[in-house]
Amino acid sequence: MKKVFAMLLTLAMVLSLAACGGGSQPSGGSSDGGSGSSGGSGGDKVVRIGVFEPATGDSGAGGKQEMLGMQYANKETPSVVIGGETYSVELVYADNASDASKAPTAASQLVSQDVSLVLGTYGSGCAIAGGPVFGEAGLAAIGVTCTNPGVTAGNDYYFRICFLDPFQGTVLANFAQEKFSAKKAYLLGELGNDYDQGLLNYFEQAFDGECVKDSFPPNTSDFSTYLNKAVAEGVDVIFCPVSIAYSTQIVKLAASMNLDIPILGSDTLDSNKVLDAAKGSDVQIYVSTFYQEGGSPEFDEGIKAWLAEDSTAMTNNGGDDTIAAVTAMGYDAYYVALEALKAAGSPDKAAVKAALPSLSYTGVSGDIAFDEVGDAIRDTAYIKTADNAAGAWTLETVQTAK
Amino acid sequence: MQYAISILLSGVSLGGQYALIAIGYTMVYGILRLINFAHGDVFMVAGLMMVYLTASLPLAASIPLVLVLTVLLGFIIERAAYKPLREAPRMSVMISAIGVSYLLQNLATYVTGGLPKMYPEIPGISATITIAGAPTKVVTIVTPILVLVLVLALTQLIHHTKVGMAMRAVAKDFETAQLMGIRINAVISVTFVIGSFLAAVGSVLYFTNYQSIVPLSGSLPGLRAFVAAVFGGIGSIPGAVVGAFIIGLSESVIKGSSWSIFSDAFTFALLIIILVVKPTGLFGEKVTDKV
Amino acid sequence: MKKTISKSTWMTLLCTAALLVLVVLLENVLDPNKNIMVFTALKKGAVYALVAVSMNLLNGFTGLFSLGQAGFMLLGAYTYAILTIPVSQRDAVYYIYNGSAVNFSLPELLGGGAFGLVLGVVLALILGGCAAAAVAWLIGLPVLRLKSDYLAIATLGFGEIIRAVFQWDKLGPVTNGANALKNFPTFSSFNIQNAGGETVLRLSTFTAFLLAGICIAVIVLLINSTYGRSFKAIRDDEVAAEAMGINLSKHKRLAFVISSFFAGVGGGMFAMFANQAQAKTFTTAMTYEILLIVVIGGIGSVSGSCIAAFLYVAASEWWLRFLDAETFVGGFKVPLLRNGFRMVVFSVVIMIVVLFFRRGIMGDKELPDLFKKRRKEKAK
Repeated sequence: MKKVFAMLLTLAMVLSLAACGGGSQPSGGSSDGGSGSSGGSGGDKVVRIGVFEPATGDSGAGGKQEMLGMQYANKETPSVVIGGETYSVELVYADNASDASKAPTAASQLVSQDVSLVLGTYGSGCAIAGGPVFGEAGLAAIGVTCTNPGVTAGNDYYFRICFLDPFQGTVLANFAQEKFSAKKAYLLGELGNDYDQGLLNYFEQAFDGECVKDSFPPNTSDFSTYLNKAVAEGVDVIFCPVSIAYSTQIVKLAASMNLDIPILGSDTLDSNKVLDAAKGSDVQIYVSTFYQEGGSPEFDEGIKAWLAEDSTAMTNNGGDDTIAAVTAMGYDAYYVALEALKAAGSPDKAAVKAALPSLSYTGVSGDIAFDEVGDAIRDTAYIKTADNAAGAWTLETVQTAK
Repeated sequence: MQYAISILLSGVSLGGQYALIAIGYTMVYGILRLINFAHGDVFMVAGLMMVYLTASLPLAASIPLVLVLTVLLGFIIERAAYKPLREAPRMSVMISAIGVSYLLQNLATYVTGGLPKMYPEIPGISATITIAGAPTKVVTIVTPILVLVLVLALTQLIHHTKVGMAMRAVAKDFETAQLMGIRINAVISVTFVIGSFLAAVGSVLYFTNYQSIVPLSGSLPGLRAFVAAVFGGIGSIPGAVVGAFIIGLSESVIKGSSWSIFSDAFTFALLIIILVVKPTGLFGEKVTDKV
Repeated sequence: MKKTISKSTWMTLLCTAALLVLVVLLENVLDPNKNIMVFTALKKGAVYALVAVSMNLLNGFTGLFSLGQAGFMLLGAYTYAILTIPVSQRDAVYYIYNGSAVNFSLPELLGGGAFGLVLGVVLALILGGCAAAAVAWLIGLPVLRLKSDYLAIATLGFGEIIRAVFQWDKLGPVTNGANALKNFPTFSSFNIQNAGGETVLRLSTFTAFLLAGICIAVIVLLINSTYGRSFKAIRDDEVAAEAMGINLSKHKRLAFVISSFFAGVGGGMFAMFANQAQAKTFTTAMTYEILLIVVIGGIGSVSGSCIAAFLYVAASEWWLRFLDAETFVGGFKVPLLRNGFRMVVFSVVIMIVVLFFRRGIMGDKELPDLFKKRRKEKAK
């Protein structure tokens, strides 16, 4: 018995060593083991774009939806003309597992695979941890939906195409006051999550009234006490910019207790999982986001058709074809990357980095250009509300910062 | 007032769910002197099985099936991961338990693809009712009652059947019991079967209340339930139940106060204090070599 | 007898020096971008090796089963980060709290430049270790009275408490609340650049190895001293050890404090590796990872822990990554391969090691022991 297991173990070891042999030749062909690769086979020349996204961990759901946008864009436009030559574009993935301690290795993986630039990641913590690795390698990265100011500040190589937390927090605070004339707000976020806490903080600063602030420990599933507290405090709005896993639970609970206080959320709540949870109830949900379905009918139709025929993509989207804003952002990020490659005139990463700051592009989510820090110049956010009868998002208003 | 009642209600239902998990910990610890770190994950897997089974089977069939499968899982884990290490130092067994927990979590991540899963609605207990102005689910009321019934049944089993007698004997003295002709492995298996069964029932109640399941859903309730078991005196079933209700209530109260971020920290601080001040817990028997 | 000991010591030193030289050579000869995985894995491996050895000192050599390692690493990482973030960067890092409450930076305080950097970093790491050690001493007073699994669960709980405290936003001006601390000197800061900003000599991996190497060497010396022998005596039989005149509580506390000190230093190095320090990364899962490294390497073997740390990091984050990708061989889609499969395979391998190779890679032997054995066999 023991011998059998010994042999099995040896076999496993040998296999992993063999894999190492494959993985340590980053310049090798597209069949190498270290990378998941997809992409067209148009020209002989291949340009690689790194996808630095979580596929597992607590941001896994969001990361997958963001990748969908890139995958769809890659399917739509699998090749790019750079400096007069046609290159086929290959997406190279590295899962950072939503864990900042795994992010440097995942980032290194991309660097070693000779990518021209990197897209991602969902979740600012991983972006902050991976950023210096890209910076050192001279590789430009385009943040898709990482909204923390710390991602681009002090890192010349990190750019981003989305708005920032201070902007989003302010927009939502303004919205709460204008729409609901809110005087008192309940703020709820995950303990130790920089995204949640940052937004709560900016909301509190911009909100002209009383704020009751609470944090729940990670992996909490009992939110009834928190919601009851909000009711007991008599607040006018609840602001909970939490990750998808928690937001579905909060919304579900709010639905079951017939909560009549409006819930405000950030871009993370813009998910079909949240719609599902709210469906058929009277909960009022308002989220600020990057993209509103219907903003580009062509893109909507195209991606829905793709989701319908690709069952894996459908599963990754949470089982239906509601388009998340992060998907649209991923889609735009891919095209920004192509623009950068075109402008650079070569797949060389230094040239791409040099081309990025002056780039401008009009995507499905709006105009994209970078300021001197590398952040997108954006001043509008879409505020959507959940239509619980139809299970869909409807546009509430377009809010700009004041 | 309404707020106080809602806190009380959520504390009681939490306590009931922790109690069901805590019994599994306390029984296994009583017999094997092992903190079964994988117990919380068995609880999570039971929840996931429910999600996948109800997708293809009617509810009436999937609930019993989940119970059976969870019991089977507990049994297999004991046979595969703990039994080979019966003669090994306690540290090895505990590491094995951590390994199993790691495996179950990774397996769950793989199967769910890292996406949170929604627990199905169970007619009857998923409905919302209002008690003294505080809205809550029927399951909140059902939980403590069910816990009491199950615990009574369990104490009957332990005190009035042959298996129960064997379990008590093994818990008192492992080696002597073996010499007396008690089939140790069978008794241990029964312990795991009961523990897993209660965890499965607990998971139905827990996830009906808090419907989203992620691979880490089991770890925190598991740890809290363990703290409850220690609090009540490890090895003692009534102790585990009382401890669980105390932990559940205090957690709920702290979450309702302005110190909510320390709700977990408080649970563990309580654990350390109990271990240092009264290691045998509320109802634990005085055994000098335990701590 | 004495001569052979000094001979083997020399051999070990020589091998270590050779390894360090090799690391410097490799890092400067190989293309840094194509082989970045090698160096990232080596750096993380070095950090984990140190933490694993510190855990082994407690679990393997003293027989105290503690699961508080991540908590002590957190203390070290935060102390290191808080003390070394350049003053000019503080407003940007603590942007939510409008600047930091700690307004000095050790490397700058010590004169800046290369000298200030080296001294400041080393000092900050040591202070990080001291912070962890001090806290360990405090919680050791009550907790060390507990035995085996109770100690484990109490230290586990301690890790959770520490994490909650550091995430508390009232302490934000010091800890930066939930936000990550960043922009402090990392391993890459030790790469020597010329005036034009080009890197002329890469020393980042070397730095990681050197720091971890020195700490591990100190632990080895400690294990081979009278204290080390007392620790082992306590592990083997507490009652007998006490009867031999070993002060149980004193030695246990000593082991706990020293182990925590090095876990703290390891935490500081982890922050250097990860380019940021954030409380939410120091979870129980991290402690479990380190525990599994200790088990795979062999409980009670320093060299085993080191080897296992490198193997573990490389296997879980590099070699097995292909299992996460959907792969097509010809037109055939290889079944099972998709996200998350890597960790499943990995945990199965760990279970196999735990169940069937309980002694791990090295058992309680050390590398030099293996050579000695071989030499003896040859002599026969």
